[in-house]
This record gives sequence, structure tokens and C-alpha cells, in this order.
Amino acid sequence: MTIQSDEEASRLSTQPKPVGQTRRGDPLGPLRMGWRQLTSMRTALLLLFLLALASVPGGFLPQRRLNPLRVTQYIGTHQTLGPLMDRLYLFDVFSSPWFSAIYLLLFISLVGCLLPRTRLHLRAMRTKPPKVPRSVAKLPVSDRWETTQSTDEVMARAKASLRGWRLVRRDHELSAERGYLRETGNLVFHVSLVVLLIGIALGAFGGFKGTVLVVDGKGFSNTIASYDDLQPGRRFSPSSLVPFSVQLDAFEATYAPDGKALTFDAHVHWARLGGVSKAYDVRVNHPLVVGAAKTYLIGHGYAPHIVVRDSTGQVVDDRLVPCLPQTPEFLSTCVIKEPNTTGQQFGFRAFFTPTTITDAEGRVGSSFPGLKNPVLTLTAFVGDLGVDGGTPQSVYSLDTTAMKRVDTQAHALLPGQTYRLPGGASLTYVDTQQWATFQVTQDPGKIVALIAAVGMVGGLLLSLFVRRRRLWVRVGVAEGGPTTVEVGGLARTDAERFADEFAGIVTQMRTTTVRE
Amino acid sequence: MPNQALGQLGDALLFAAVVVYALAMLGFAGEQASRKARRAVTAVRAESKVLLGAGGPPVLVPEETVTVERPSRAGRFALALTLCGWFIHVTSLVIRGFAAHRVPWGNMYEFSSAAALVAVTFFLVLVARGTVERGLGAFVMLPVVLYLGLAASVLYTAAGPLVPALNSYWIKIHVAAAVTASGSFLLSGVVALLYLLRSRYDDRLADRQQPRFPVSLGAQLPPAAVLDRVSYSIIAFAFPVWTFAVIAGAIWAESAWGRYWGWDPKETWSFITWVLYAGYLHARATAGWKGRKAAWVAVAAAGALIIDYYVVNIFVVGLHSYA
Ligand code: HEM
Repeated sequence: MTIQSDEEASRLSTQPKPVGQTRRGDPLGPLRMGWRQLTSMRTALLLLFLLALASVPGGFLPQRRLNPLRVTQYIGTHQTLGPLMDRLYLFDVFSSPWFSAIYLLLFISLVGCLLPRTRLHLRAMRTKPPKVPRSVAKLPVSDRWETTQSTDEVMARAKASLRGWRLVRRDHELSAERGYLRETGNLVFHVSLVVLLIGIALGAFGGFKGTVLVVDGKGFSNTIASYDDLQPGRRFSPSSLVPFSVQLDAFEATYAPDGKALTFDAHVHWARLGGVSKAYDVRVNHPLVVGAAKTYLIGHGYAPHIVVRDSTGQVVDDRLVPCLPQTPEFLSTCVIKEPNTTGQQFGFRAFFTPTTITDAEGRVGSSFPGLKNPVLTLTAFVGDLGVDGGTPQSVYSLDTTAMKRVDTQAHALLPGQTYRLPGGASLTYVDTQQWATFQVTQDPGKIVALIAAVGMVGGLLLSLFVRRRRLWVRVGVAEGGPTTVEVGGLARTDAERFADEFAGIVTQMRTTTVRE
Repeated sequence: MPNQALGQLGDALLFAAVVVYALAMLGFAGEQASRKARRAVTAVRAESKVLLGAGGPPVLVPEETVTVERPSRAGRFALALTLCGWFIHVTSLVIRGFAAHRVPWGNMYEFSSAAALVAVTFFLVLVARGTVERGLGAFVMLPVVLYLGLAASVLYTAAGPLVPALNSYWIKIHVAAAVTASGSFLLSGVVALLYLLRSRYDDRLADRQQPRFPVSLGAQLPPAAVLDRVSYSIIAFAFPVWTFAVIAGAIWAESAWGRYWGWDPKETWSFITWVLYAGYLHARATAGWKGRKAAWVAVAAAGALIIDYYVVNIFVVGLHSYA
């Protein structure tokens, strides 16, 4: 009995007890044992390490969700290992079954651990501090002295020195405790982890992400059809798309002399469905917010303005061609296809260089990302573009299997110049505009995740900096003799600081006790 | 435009700080060496006590209680040097900020310098509060000097403006928190290693073996329990700061890239670091994991942090490879 209460007295946290043996003959024994094992500290620790370990491949290997191109390249260069690694989900670590299994087990363990701990803590907050242990002298810190005062006087002094503590007096004994917020903080922190997971799940199921490339002067609307690339959540419904549209007036970038980017601005006009249009400057770190939808500027490049005429001199194409940057200096590549001509179909592979340099062998390059000396270098092909067969083709690649190269040399154009093909068709490079890629996201779980994040930090601060501690006073009255006062204390953390605090309290008790 | 002359002054001051720190390290080491000579005497005394206590288990008298320390001039001088170095170090960062017209933690060079400053600050605070003896300085200043030397030679970047994605007030908050946590974590990693060294040393003595180098260095170190407590308190301070830094980074990523978390390599390694430190805090509360195992977790976590900053920035392609 006494041993029991002594153990209770030293228990200062709701931490699960180490898993021991179950009673024999309990039919649910193995199940109960398994559950206790799963929700034990040791398992939580193991699962945490597994979680860290499982993330490691995701931190070194290219991941498909982030960079599908590099994954393909990696598998291409590692012919034997690559496909095997792919089958083990090493390029999709964070959506792999083994990663999911680990974090799901961890969160089951967490919930299974939190429920009893919350119950224990709620009970602890309502119950009185435990009885004075049998032997106060055996506590980590203790003191003992004699005085001529009565028990009540000693108690009154003790209470006065223990302001801010939760106190209970039982006859000649006083039990004090403080720092309950530590455990509260710990529980808030762990509960916030669960809330965070819920927030992430809400986003993954109900959210959506779409990217679209827009050239100067054009626009897009927030509908599924207008996106080049769309990543909807598993439970995403198109009806939750905020109806609005955006038009890119002009994209603008500035660079330092060494080519480092200084600013990116996409000057846009946007409007809600049927609403008035407003100007906005979308920048990095400065998205356009329309209701629950946020529009970000995530990429940019050049789009030469070209005019194509067929052999009769009829304009068959007049548009901006987006070129994809390949180097930090914006050496960019693009493809121009002309399927709708009267004569033979023709197409071009093009290099665009904003600040053009030519090396000794006549190869074209770019030395600066800004537009100082733009050149459009074209290689022309005639024949069958292969676009009529019905198989979808990328606008950024040209299939030349059924085509013939027109010139042995590539043809370089300055703005305003025209490239005349042998059959009479021509391409004029008018001037240079730009394009920008926008990403529109809607994430209904974001706010939940943010609340969880606040809970995590707040809970942690309480849990790591509040100290839970107990202090006991026992007054012994001998017949005719002096009153003996025994004081002892116990702290869960930072025993050194507690020893100082304890010494301070004892000094206060003794001086106030002796003063009369 | 960045002011190059001012930037160079900042670099020169950082160099000066490294030199002063190196001198301080020598001073601390000198103090340790002179103490060691005195300890040799006490060790003999301790040995005779062990022999006297025949029958029972050998009682090794803790040396700290035997040696009566005279304040050593070398040690006090080293501490003063550290303080001087600290002031020069602070000045160099401030000047760098003025040279680049922004907060001075925008690339890996500046980041490393700021993290080292945090570590030195923490060490000075611990000494001022009497939590550790200044003698630990030799062991703390060595990694600091190496780290700063590496940063200034390999990662050097001239003062300049930031790329647009970094141009946000969140960078000030996020990176300031990350620097503070990282500097502290790196210090805690050093202390955890020292703890491992000291506890191995204690084991050797308990087995009545003569510890060999490097375990013999344990004699110069504070008691294992002190080192354990110090590395815990540093981590307890740094962990919420790191948590906040990761969250601030997520908020920044949300406004810059349109998602708060995307498992970019940098984010992944921050996560691994965070989980490992959470593991450390759990380990300390779990029977059978306290002490040496927990210390290894702290060392592994510091390793993940180093990968996060150096390996990922230099070798792994991601959105964060800006420096
Ligand atoms: C989702 C994964 C988890 C993470 C990231 C995590 C993180 C942490 C952190 C950082 C601490 C130290 C700060 C504090 O005292 O509040 C802590 C403490 C604690 N955690 Fe967790 N935890 C996780 C899961 C669990 C689980 C599953 C359990 C149940 C076995 C658990 C039980 C505890 C306990 C009892 C403490 C207090 C330790 C002490 O007595 O000092 N945690 N946790």
C-alpha cells in the first residue's frame, strides 16, 4: 500500500509504463499485449527512426512528383538497377506503401498512446497532489529542522512560501505540486501532430493544382480544360474551382550584370466570372489570391513573335512561340509546326538566344539571360509532320521521321528578318515577347495545417520549458518536545534548477518560521 | 548595388575572428595541459585510496573533487580572446549585412558564419551561467575554427543581392530561426560526442584499464552527467526553434512556390533532422535508451543537419540549390 503510493508520488508524467507481462489465462492476452506493445514508448521511438530512415532515399534520389524528367534520365543511365529501384518505389518514396505503412502505424500508435494519456492527465488535474511519501529523507532533495512553533503555524508559513503551487493539507502533512502545463503542452503538441496529418489529408483529397503556360497578351481561366498540367486530389470536385480568369499583359524580368535574376513581374489583369477586371502584379512571393484559389508565378521564358506565309504569300500562322529555357542564360529551344499549308507541310526546330554569342566553330550560344542581342536560329524540315494520325503530339517536339531537312546549315534570324524556304514559303521573326507559367492551387487543408503548426510550437514550448515538480511537508509533534519539519521534493526535469528552487523555498519557510 | 569594399572588410574581419578563436583554442588547450600535469599527481593519490579500500568495490575518487583549481592565467586569457573573437565575428556579420543591403544570411557562406556565431554565443552563455567549465573551450573552439575555415575557403561568396525567390521577409524569419537552431544543434552534437568520449573513459577506468588516446582525452572533460545534461538543454532549446523554422519555411514556400510542403530534397532533410531530434527527446524518456544510445541519436541528427546544409545544397538538385 505504502509502496504503491510512493510510486504514485514519483510519477510526474503520463508516459506509458514499460510493457510487462499480461495475466495468464486472459483470452485477449496476446491482443492486449500487442496493443500495449504498439502504443509503447519503445515502439514510438522505433517508428520514428524508421520514418527518418525511410525518408533518406527521398532526400537523395530524384522523385517523380518533383521532377519526372530526372527520374527517367536516372533510370536510363542505370539500366539494371533503375527499373528495380522503381519497382521498390524509390522514386515515389513519399507515396510508397512502405512509407505510408510506417507513418500510419506511427499515428495509430500516437492516437493509442494519446487517449489514455489524456484521460490520465485530466484525472491528474482534478485530483489532489499525492500523499507525502513514507520517507521524505529519501527524496532527491530534502531538508529537516526543528522549531518551537505549532503545526498550524508551520503550515501557514509553508503555504505562504508556496504561492502558485497547488496545495492540499492532510492533518500534519502538506502536498504541493505545480507545472501541470508541461503535460498539457506535451499532449497539445502530440494532438497537433494528428491535426496536422488531417490537414495534409484534406489538401491531398480535396485540393487541386494546375499549371499553365501563357504568352504575353493571352490568358487562362480557372477551369480544368485550360491547364497544361493538372494534379487534382482524389476527392476533388471541379465545382469547387473558383471561377475567375487571368490575362497576362506583359512579363518582365531584370538581371544583375553577372546574370543573376533580380526581379520577376507578371503584369496581369484578372476578373471573377462576370466581374470587372483589375490589374495585379504577380511576383515570386506575391501570388494573386482569389477566394480559395492562389495563382503563383513559377516560370518564365521567351516567346518570339513569328509570321509564316505559304508559297502563295498567304499568312498561315501569326503567333508567339514559347521557347523552353535550357541554360541559366536562357538558351531556349522551341518547335514550329505548320500543318495547315496548301502545299507540303513544314516545320522548324529553333534555338532562341537572348544575348547571342558565336564560338570559333560557329556554334550559337547565349551569354546573358536578358534580351540584348536576340537571334532565332532555325532548321527547317518539309514532309509529313505526322500530326494528322490522331496520336497526340507535344508542341515542343518535332517528329522528323517522315520529313526532309531543307538546308544543311541552320538559318539565323535577327528580329525583322525573314527566312525564305525553297518552295516559296517564308517565316518572319517579328520581335520577341515573353511567356510565364502560372500555377493555381486550392488547398482546403491549409488552414487546418497552420492551426496544427501553431499548436505544435506552443505545445512544445510549454512541454520543454515548464517544469513539473512536487513538494511535501510533514510536521512531527513529539509530546513536549520541539516540532520537527521535514520537507522533500521531486522534479521531473532539470534537477539542478529544482534544487536551487527548493533551497530557496526552504530558506523562506525557515526564516519566516523562526522570525517569531 | 552591393558595396564591394565594405564586403571585403567584412570578410577580413571574419578571417580575424577565426584567427582569434584559434588562439583562444590554444589558450584553453594550454590550460588543460597544465592541469593534466597536476592531475597526474592526484591520480596516484586516488590509486592508493583504491588499494586501501580492499575488499569492497574499487572506489575511484572523482578527480574534480581532489584537484584544487588555481584560476589559470592561460584559461582566463583564452576566455577573453573568445569574447574578443565573438565581437569581431558579430561586427563582420553586421558589416556584411550593410555591404549587401540585406540580412547577412542569404547564402551558405554567410549562413555558416552565422551558425558558428550562434554556437560560440551559446558556449559563452553556458560558461557565464556556470553550467560548464571554460575548459570545454578547447573542444568547442576546434570544430568552430575548422567549420569557419571551411566556410570561408570552400563556400566563399562575395556580398551580393538575393535571387527573387529569397527576397521576402519570411527569409529573415525562417533563416534566422534556422541559423539559431543549426548553430545550437551543431554545438549539441559536439557536446554529445564529448559525452560519448567521457563515458567511454569512465568505463575504462571502471574496468581498471588505462584509457588510450583519444579516450584518454576524457580526463579533460566535465563529468558525463554534466555533458549529457548540457547537450539535452541545448537540444531542448533548439528543437522548438527548428520546428518554428521548418514551419516558417513552409509558410514561405507556400507564398513562393504555391505549396507549403513538396518533399524537395532540402525539405526532406529538414524533416529527417526534425524526426531524429524528436527521436532523441523520446529516447531520453525511454528506458534502455537513456545515456549513450540517446547521445548517438543526437550525433546522427546533427549529421542529418550537416547533410541538409552542405550535401543537399551542393550535390542534390532542388528548388533550394541557390547558393
Ligand atoms: C508522430 C510522431 C511523434 C513525434 C514527432 C513525437 C515528438 C515528441 C517530442 C518532440 C517530444 C519532446 C517534447 C515533449 O516533451 O513534448 C515528445 C515527448 C513525448 N512523446 Fe512523442 N512524438 C511522437 C509520437 C509519440 C507516441 C506514439 C508516443 C506514445 C508512446 C509518444 C509519447 C511521448 C511522451 C510520453 C513524451 C514525453 C517524454 C517525457 O516523458 O519527457 N510520442 N514526443
